[in-house]
Amino acid sequence: MTLDLNLISMLQQIWSYEFMQHAIETSWIISVVAGVTGYFVVLRRSAFVAHAYSEIGFAGASGAILLGLDPLVGLVLGSITGGIAIAALGRRITNRDTQIGIVLAFALGLGLLFISLYKAFSTAAISILFGEILGISSNEVLITLVAGLGILVAMGFLYRPLLFASLDEDVAEAKGMPMLFLGTAFMIVVALAVSFAIQVTGVLLIFSLMVTPAATAQYVSMRPNRAILISVGISLLATQVGLFVGYFTPYPVSFFITGIVFFLYLAVRLAHGFVHKRFEEHA
Amino acid sequence: MVRVQSKLIEAENLSAGYGAKTVWRDATFSVGGGEFVAVIGPNGAGKTTLFRLLLGLQQPTRGALRILGAPPRRGNPRIGYVPQRHLIDSETHIECVELVRLGLSGARWGINPFSHADRDAALAALESVGASELAHYPLGVLSGGELQRIFLAEAMVSNPDILLLDEPLSNLDLKRETDLLHLVNDVVRSRGVTALLIAHNINPLLPHLDKVIYVANGKVATGKPSTVLTSESLTALYGIQVEVLRDPHGNVAIIGVEEHHGDVR
Repeated sequence: MTLDLNLISMLQQIWSYEFMQHAIETSWIISVVAGVTGYFVVLRRSAFVAHAYSEIGFAGASGAILLGLDPLVGLVLGSITGGIAIAALGRRITNRDTQIGIVLAFALGLGLLFISLYKAFSTAAISILFGEILGISSNEVLITLVAGLGILVAMGFLYRPLLFASLDEDVAEAKGMPMLFLGTAFMIVVALAVSFAIQVTGVLLIFSLMVTPAATAQYVSMRPNRAILISVGISLLATQVGLFVGYFTPYPVSFFITGIVFFLYLAVRLAHGFVHKRFEEHA
Repeated sequence: MVRVQSKLIEAENLSAGYGAKTVWRDATFSVGGGEFVAVIGPNGAGKTTLFRLLLGLQQPTRGALRILGAPPRRGNPRIGYVPQRHLIDSETHIECVELVRLGLSGARWGINPFSHADRDAALAALESVGASELAHYPLGVLSGGELQRIFLAEAMVSNPDILLLDEPLSNLDLKRETDLLHLVNDVVRSRGVTALLIAHNINPLLPHLDKVIYVANGKVATGKPSTVLTSESLTALYGIQVEVLRDPHGNVAIIGVEEHHGDVR
């Protein structure tokens, strides 16, 4: 690499590789999906559930590899099964920590077993756990696009009642909102979003797109629709810069994504601390 | 201004319960338009159960109940509801006007990112409860009294005919309690809204009330405060000797039951 930082030629160089095109296209779709669903994950305090889906997805993906299937199939099947199972456990997320933890531990153990039965043990495990954005096929990009559009349509449909139910459950219920349907539908959407986002971040770093950008955005704007746009923007920034830097350095893309969202969060929290004093003085 | 209207709520031999357990039975009462009604009684007597019946969240075990001329149904936009609740999580970084707006359109599917009409209605509702200055504050930083105003605006934003307020005064200090009661009374009188308010202490409410619904001992007594809050009436309700004392200011103290709902203050 020359020291002459010609941005255009660098981007051209990146785009000339098919695997980089796939990585970039997937990251666009996932950034939008994770930015939108992540806002509600943060608002509903469902981060732990999102992580559980991720780890259930790990069992699914490693099982799929063992059977010679596309790991994406296993990810989706595993996460959706987990999504329905956890939604069926009960309505109030806060009471479910223990059950989620129990299922999560078992799923990780199962994933470990599947992976250990497979020949290329460590490579497969590392790529599922920490992300393998540079190994996405054109077929997978297409599936991700279809699923991403489906998720966005579903979130658009659920938007207002879900926001209402998240902020004021009792009144939403009295207004005739179907709470069980809302909770279950959201859980399935999150499970689906997580299983596709794993392609980018991996199982263990799923929070970097599903939680951190939204958690940062809510400090920037107190209006949900704006905060969602900002959350998407942060995800896009992190994945694009992450891919760019990752391409020109020997270090993993997932690391740069987690690093960027983390330091953005820190910066926003610090800046917000000063602004927040205004409200504190008022109260 | 007292608007005399037909009965907005009518209960006849109404009984409520959960499964085989009856909470209270044989309640017969009515509430007219523009009335300010207090629902009083010990903890667990079934005050919130009455609200659940009115909201259509629960079916009566016996008897008939009509609200706004029809049996209760879930999601009636002519009923505004402020549930009993805990404080909002201090990590909730959403501005107040958003919650109020959801009171108007939160039950509709889909997004409406460009609806300024909703937002204007929400701002107007905030103004009507004297909380305009809180519109753009995050929900998480508000005090109990401020939150109650926001919840009231959320309930009022759809211009309901009936307001159901479940213990809005709990956790408020004396000053804020008085302020909120004056506010509810203003809404009732100026808009002709009927308000049912669940409370523990009847005294701060007495100057404003048209009617009391007293729930205790599996029974319900209703009428004007001066009729219901007497030794005879409450003795009949509880089935044990109950004494109602009045101080020169008109405050009542109820003696002889475990809980003192009418502490003199």
